Amino acid sequence: MARFISRRLLLSLITLWLLTTIVFIIANVLPNDVGRTILGPFAPQETVDALNERLGTDRPIIVRYVDTILGVVTLDFGESYVTGQAVLPQLAAAIGRSAKLAGLALLITIPLAITAGLYAARRRDRPADRGIVLLGVTSSSIPEFVTGTILVVVVGVQLRLLPVLATPPPNADIPTQIRYLLMPATAMAIVYFGYIARMTRAGTIEVLQSDYTRTAMMKGLTTGQTMRRHVLRNALIPTVAVIAVQIGYLFGGIIAVEKIFNYNGMGQTMLFAAQRKDIPMLTAGAIVIGVVYMVATLAADMVMAWMNPRIRLDVER
Amino acid sequence: MDVTVTPTPVGPMAAPPVSERAQARRETLRVLVRRPAFIIGNIVVYGWILTAVLGERITPYDPFNDFFIGHAPPSPEHWMGTDRLGRDVLSRVMVGSRDVLIVAPLAAMLGVIAGTLLGLVMGFYRGAIDDVLSRIIEAFLALPVVLVALLTLVVLGSSPLVVVFVVGTLFTPIVARTVRAAVLSERQLDYVTAARLRGESGPFILSREIFPNVLGPTVVEMTVRFGYAIFTVATLSFLGVGLQPPSPDWGLTVSEEYTNMISGVWWPTLFPALAIASTVVAVNLIADTLQSVLSE
Repeated sequence: MARFISRRLLLSLITLWLLTTIVFIIANVLPNDVGRTILGPFAPQETVDALNERLGTDRPIIVRYVDTILGVVTLDFGESYVTGQAVLPQLAAAIGRSAKLAGLALLITIPLAITAGLYAARRRDRPADRGIVLLGVTSSSIPEFVTGTILVVVVGVQLRLLPVLATPPPNADIPTQIRYLLMPATAMAIVYFGYIARMTRAGTIEVLQSDYTRTAMMKGLTTGQTMRRHVLRNALIPTVAVIAVQIGYLFGGIIAVEKIFNYNGMGQTMLFAAQRKDIPMLTAGAIVIGVVYMVATLAADMVMAWMNPRIRLDVER
Repeated sequence: MDVTVTPTPVGPMAAPPVSERAQARRETLRVLVRRPAFIIGNIVVYGWILTAVLGERITPYDPFNDFFIGHAPPSPEHWMGTDRLGRDVLSRVMVGSRDVLIVAPLAAMLGVIAGTLLGLVMGFYRGAIDDVLSRIIEAFLALPVVLVALLTLVVLGSSPLVVVFVVGTLFTPIVARTVRAAVLSERQLDYVTAARLRGESGPFILSREIFPNVLGPTVVEMTVRFGYAIFTVATLSFLGVGLQPPSPDWGLTVSEEYTNMISGVWWPTLFPALAIASTVVAVNLIADTLQSVLSE
């Protein structure tokens, strides 16, 4: 297991370096003049030069690249061009708020989706299964902002059941916070329901067809015993992988959801940065979210290796 | 709905020679048109293409230049009400697919073509190139498409062409990974070994032997990517970095009107939102049916 973990960590570090490089190329190499890109074509040249000096973007590209890599290592992502303050504390606060929203979305979606996937797999090709598959295709293909809009109109405006803005009053207790976050979290949960349910269904169907499941049934175990002892553990391995991937993508969809519900999290921070062309903030945000994704997949790999020894032994071989 | 593929009876000797591949293709099509999801998906997509093409000739009012009372609720004159400038929402929804149905397929095509080429080379030649590219793909996959697209569009400035380029580029690694996996399982099969023993060159085997056999997953990937491209472009337009005014694009319209929902003016937002939902669901129904039929 130790060898598996160390190998996996090393690969993560390589990925981190590469993704930092990708983001660096987009933010620093694509525009040939960062200051000009931020200030627009009509700003006087002196202002552009001053901004480039302040941001350090007047230095050679190699120096800036080394600087960015060192910044990631030392957790120093530079300063926001708008506020002039360090980027990381602002991002950390925003990520905390977004994590609440994303966490609630996952809490809603994971149990529902796994139950639906297992149910569909055991009733394969019957109407219930077809219904769940269709629901999965539908729910995972509609953008979060569309589901959010429909929810606001129906649940918030017409039925007046839930608040239409996600930010709770200051010092709200946890039930109140959940009430405010319920609608945006549902908008996100709906998209991920489809992915997780379909993956669970596919994984379960494969295991149900395996020889060891047949053996378990033939040696006289009840369906419940077979499911608990033999099927679930293996069937949920691909599900764990897809959940980890979704945790990263959650932060892509969250931008639109936070815009609709006016919630001051990571997505809103990125969007404001985009509107003000705050490239340092956007760069840092992209890298930080990449790290979140990597940590999630790393954790998933650990869980998968723990669930199935073949995975960890395969790497060690 | 179990579709059993009955083998076509062997025709009389006089039947015109049909290549096996063409026959298989016709068989696939026959199975496809029996699937309701495939039919419904196509009707919806072609319906939106039709309204976009016919445009002002069939819309009840001019979607751009007819101004009535702003934010009038749905009524017999305006079935979907009017927007903040008093334009007819129904007319605008009807032409709202114009830009996204050009930008999204182009982005999907760019991503699939580049990704397929990359995946073919990676899966067939393996070795150092494959290792390096696989790690780069891994890094790309760690970044949410919408977020990287947002950053790139801020840096490059937004225009339909840039949106096509950015979304297509961000789809490339995803497609490459799928195609690579398909090639990896093909290259172990006997026909590849046979071609090698015949002394065929690598590029020949890749293009004439392996590529036709991974065409199925590639076609599926094309439809899946088309769906995601609409999803992504609509989201980017909603965020203000995709299609730009005065486009009647659905995502853009939602972003222009969504703040009025709270005061009860839901119609200029809800109808374009439902139009987006119908289109992406339709494309995904097509993709899903294709996938299940081609994998049978």
